[in-house]
Amino acid sequence: MRTEAQVAGPAGQVISARQPPARPRRSARPVLRVRRAFSQGALQLALITAVVVVAFPVVYGAIVSTQAFQDLFSIPPRLTPGEATLQNYAAAWRKANMGPLLVNSTIISVATALGKIVLSLLAAFAFAYFRDFRGKTLFFVTILITHMLPLPVRIVPTYQLMQTLGWVDSYYALTIPFFASATGTLLFRQFFLTVPPSLSEAARIDGAGPLRFLVQILLPLSLNNIAALFMVEFVYMWNQYLWPLIVTTSQEMRVVQIGIKVLVAADAQAEWNVIMAGVMIAMIPPLLVVLALQRTFVRSLSLGTEK
Amino acid sequence: MLPSLVVVAIFLIVPSVEALMQSLRLVDPFTGRGIFVGLSNFQELLASAEYRHSILVSVVFAGLATVLGLAVSLGLALLVSQPVWGAGTYRTALLWPYALSPAVAGAIWGLVFDPSAGPVTYALYGLTGVRLNWMVDGNLALGVVTLAAVWKMLGYNIVFFLAGLQAIPPDLLEAASVDGASAWKRFWAVRFPLLSPVTFFLLIMNTLQAFFENFGLIDVLTQGGPARATDILVYKLYRDGFVNVQWGLASAQSLALFVMVAVLTVLQFRYAGRRVFYS
Repeated sequence: MRTEAQVAGPAGQVISARQPPARPRRSARPVLRVRRAFSQGALQLALITAVVVVAFPVVYGAIVSTQAFQDLFSIPPRLTPGEATLQNYAAAWRKANMGPLLVNSTIISVATALGKIVLSLLAAFAFAYFRDFRGKTLFFVTILITHMLPLPVRIVPTYQLMQTLGWVDSYYALTIPFFASATGTLLFRQFFLTVPPSLSEAARIDGAGPLRFLVQILLPLSLNNIAALFMVEFVYMWNQYLWPLIVTTSQEMRVVQIGIKVLVAADAQAEWNVIMAGVMIAMIPPLLVVLALQRTFVRSLSLGTEK
Repeated sequence: MLPSLVVVAIFLIVPSVEALMQSLRLVDPFTGRGIFVGLSNFQELLASAEYRHSILVSVVFAGLATVLGLAVSLGLALLVSQPVWGAGTYRTALLWPYALSPAVAGAIWGLVFDPSAGPVTYALYGLTGVRLNWMVDGNLALGVVTLAAVWKMLGYNIVFFLAGLQAIPPDLLEAASVDGASAWKRFWAVRFPLLSPVTFFLLIMNTLQAFFENFGLIDVLTQGGPARATDILVYKLYRDGFVNVQWGLASAQSLALFVMVAVLTVLQFRYAGRRVFYS
């Protein structure tokens, strides 16, 4: 903060308050124009390099997924698409049993996202609508603490609970432990607090109960938040690895992420072309969701630290 | 003031008490009953050279991934924040790896660094004449895992740094510029200090991420090897608990992790404040 004061010192204040510094006009000084064009060019070059470097692993993976096995070992590495696309994707599909895996991943991702939305809507409503009830803060903080803990921290007790309930290797184990969401509760609570109390009073006078008020008035107002939360939770669940690995034992309950491990571990010499085909299948759904709803995604990144 | 005090107190006290209570017990794997065993869980854990090694690996990994990741993302965020043509497109183009899963990242980086088929291996061979076998040398394997982790978090970090940069009033930079500060100096004297809350927040989030969310990456890429060189704490917990079925050891590790998260979370709330977190 001290730095701020120093920089904004007396000179700066005077200038910016009374007489904005004369900006060089575009056409006024040719030298400046050239300099600007040059720096624009350098920026573009730097950014393009950065984008290429960042994208390279995935793009190369996509290319390899179209090549025949022997193309992998060409020197120098071949950077153009090959002719084995169909064979690779078919092999990956067969080897990792992709069909059921994709179905499972979709089921658990959608179910978890919906479950989280419903539960956090209800919890947030309770916290915002019933302004005072006993132990409110305690409840709130408990929700916060419990669900800001990363999964690995509570994995042993949670797994033991699944054993006790007999849920191991079932959809219950893959979804229900994820249902409670601090992120969602916070998001909706914050939004509900901005709804003027007069609205709920009016609803009460008209004879609408709390639940009806939630469903008929607050729910339609929250659609944007619901969509954002759905997306974040879908991607989050789709990408889960550790929990499905532990809690499923049979082939039929595996998810797509584990399919990647199956492909990688399948052979002594990694068949990267087949593995990459599997990787592409696994990464496309979340990538589509994120790219289609990019702006919402950026906004909801701050929620994406979800545990 | 009061709410933040309450949160700090509760984040500090409740987890500590809870962790302490649980750490004094040993859960019997067959009956599921807890027995009071005092501090022996922790003693056993701290006495284990393997566990200490795992702590070291985690700290090195998380430290490298966080520092390197923040430096690169800040640089990229500065580039994208310039009035550059197509800035929005560049932003998206740098963001999307964040949507990929750790397992996907693991497989892709395994390919890129494959000892025989990997283009990076080939390029380095061309440049230096050395053919590296990344997955056999412990330090190299840890390096690859770190790079992959940095890469995956780029998008996340850039979004927050950009938000931080955009919140800096342009007047300040203009004033500094009028006072004759060079671009380099403007960065260190104006932008960097004003970014410190964001940086701190990201420091904590990246550390947590490195510690806890890279299991899939490591399981696909190295399985904690070679010779346990990438055996981070979560991976060891998985091995002890779910592969070797040593519940007592795994529970104690769970609790140790719990304490680490509690400390990081308290630091987060204490110094970065809740504003950055929930806004």
